[in-house]
Amino acid sequence: MARIQLQDVRKSYAGQEVIHGVTIDIANGEFVVIVGPSGCGKSTLLRMVAGLEEITSGTISIGDRVVNHLEPRDRNIAMVFQNYALYPHMTVRDNMAYGLKLAGMPKADIDAAVARAAAMLELEPYLDRKPRALSGGQRQRVAMGRALVREPAAFLLDEPLSNLDAKLRVQMRLQIKDLHQRTGQTTLYVTHDQVEAMTLADRLVVMEKGVAQQIATPYEVYTTPANEFVAGFIGSPAMNIFDARCEGQDLILPGGHRVTVASCPAEAIRLGLRPEDIEAVTHAPDAFPVVLQSVEWLGADAYGYCVIEGSDTRLTLRMPGNAPLAKGDRLLISLSRSRLHFFSPEDGRRLA
Amino acid sequence: MRRTVFPHKLLPWLLLAPQLAITLIFFYWPAAQAFRQSVLKEDPFGLSSTFVGLANFRKVLGDPAYLNALQVTVVFSLLVAFGALAVALFLAVQAEKIVRHKGFYRTLMIWPYAVAPAIAGMLWLFMFNPSFGTLAWPLRQLGFDWNPLLDGDDAMALVVAAATWKQISYNFLFFVAGLQAIPRSLLEAAAIDGASRRHAFWTIVFPLLAPTTFFLLVVNTVYALFDTFGIIHAVTGGGPGRATETLVYKVYNDGFVNLIIGDSAAQSVILMVIVIALTAFQFRFIERRVHYA
Repeated sequence: MARIQLQDVRKSYAGQEVIHGVTIDIANGEFVVIVGPSGCGKSTLLRMVAGLEEITSGTISIGDRVVNHLEPRDRNIAMVFQNYALYPHMTVRDNMAYGLKLAGMPKADIDAAVARAAAMLELEPYLDRKPRALSGGQRQRVAMGRALVREPAAFLLDEPLSNLDAKLRVQMRLQIKDLHQRTGQTTLYVTHDQVEAMTLADRLVVMEKGVAQQIATPYEVYTTPANEFVAGFIGSPAMNIFDARCEGQDLILPGGHRVTVASCPAEAIRLGLRPEDIEAVTHAPDAFPVVLQSVEWLGADAYGYCVIEGSDTRLTLRMPGNAPLAKGDRLLISLSRSRLHFFSPEDGRRLA
Repeated sequence: MRRTVFPHKLLPWLLLAPQLAITLIFFYWPAAQAFRQSVLKEDPFGLSSTFVGLANFRKVLGDPAYLNALQVTVVFSLLVAFGALAVALFLAVQAEKIVRHKGFYRTLMIWPYAVAPAIAGMLWLFMFNPSFGTLAWPLRQLGFDWNPLLDGDDAMALVVAAATWKQISYNFLFFVAGLQAIPRSLLEAAAIDGASRRHAFWTIVFPLLAPTTFFLLVVNTVYALFDTFGIIHAVTGGGPGRATETLVYKVYNDGFVNLIIGDSAAQSVILMVIVIALTAFQFRFIERRVHYA
């Protein structure tokens, strides 16, 4: 177990910088999830920690050691790959024992360690099978087991669940969480799935275009996104973000609707509204009308897609599943004043 | 696998016909001829032949020259097959490591395959000719008493080198394809698991290449036994003495030069049996150890 520190880590390919100085301090035993859209550099960042990619500048340390120039095998880490990377010609047992044999562990200890990991992951019946005779979920568990047996300083997972079907993914997500609680391993986990990110992380690193946009707990990221990108990326359905203006204490929405707010940080702003922070009302001061264009019914909830009357600004609402609504309905809605998000129209930064 | 259902029975036969015709005309018919002639003895003028049963086989197998050819073939084939496999594998692994101009190097590696065997033979002959060879001179300067025209071992080394060189390209191509089929993440996983490159090669890459290696082993064996005729013919003509006379070369020599058709036919029948037995052996005993992913 160890602390992992990244200090202004950068990466360039052929003169083109793709990771623009990432600094993260991961505490011992912490579960940190790097989340972002594809191509944001999250996997590259993880691979740099693993030592599979060189870093162009900055420092990475694991425990008390700077590992910039250490080979992957000298970093005392274990990694789970997206495609599991199981050795196809070896049995499950040999797959898990491979690293231990290399470390020169006595055979009895290897057997004990493999048996322990197999028990933890319910892999005992499959120890003598080859990977191709296993289902996707079982392979994923073998990959986890191979990482676990080595008792490394840190655990790196690169989209470990993205090759599984939805149901299995939920199951494995819980199992990973449970494993982390039992082993207390420092874990760095990469995913593009925000549900995985929100549920697993002690802290989230939201990345885009090679920059860590925000590093904070899932709660903080959700309630106070650092910028417009984070606001739009985390949360489903996505936050409504559109241009608005301020006049004193009045917020002027598209279509000219006025809403009185306590304070307004600038004259021109980008306004962010979570779908669940908008309420349909019969009448209220400052309520304004929208027209429903379509409704998605999901059971407990329904998402209403509408436009603000008098404009072409779209808005997504989250409503109770039993709301009797249909396409074309005109609704009055009111905003939750305390949960408005303001962003700068210039750089997307959050405005206080 | 998808099964294709043809509308009627004639079409599949028609589609197979060209291949079947070629196999019949160029393989089964000559093979049948060889069988027939192996039990016949022709008179010196080739005007008549008499049935002699297995006499030709008895004669051939009792001939010291034939046993010599057998020994030469074993040595030659083992050296060529394993040499070509080993060198090609080494080169393929090295070529995989290259980042820039990969295609360029690969193309260069594949070129020798496009050279006709006789030409390849001439090339090596000229390079290593004891009197004017470009490379024979430095060899002698280094203290080797190099003379493939007189020394049987030198001659053997030369034909082995030429035959190996020619086959490396082919093996290289397959090894490169085989290496590319191994997911990079496996090697990364091995690197994280603590394997050195060398160890990862022998425990991960080599076992995963086994299907390719096995296929090439069969192909190279057949190549060394049959297809090297042109090279031997051009470089040494089986000499000096009979130092580089392989079974195939002797079939040719006895049949087409010495015109002892019966002996030659008997030899080619024996050769056929050897190759069939060898290939069957390879499939039966070596393939079992091969892991198909």
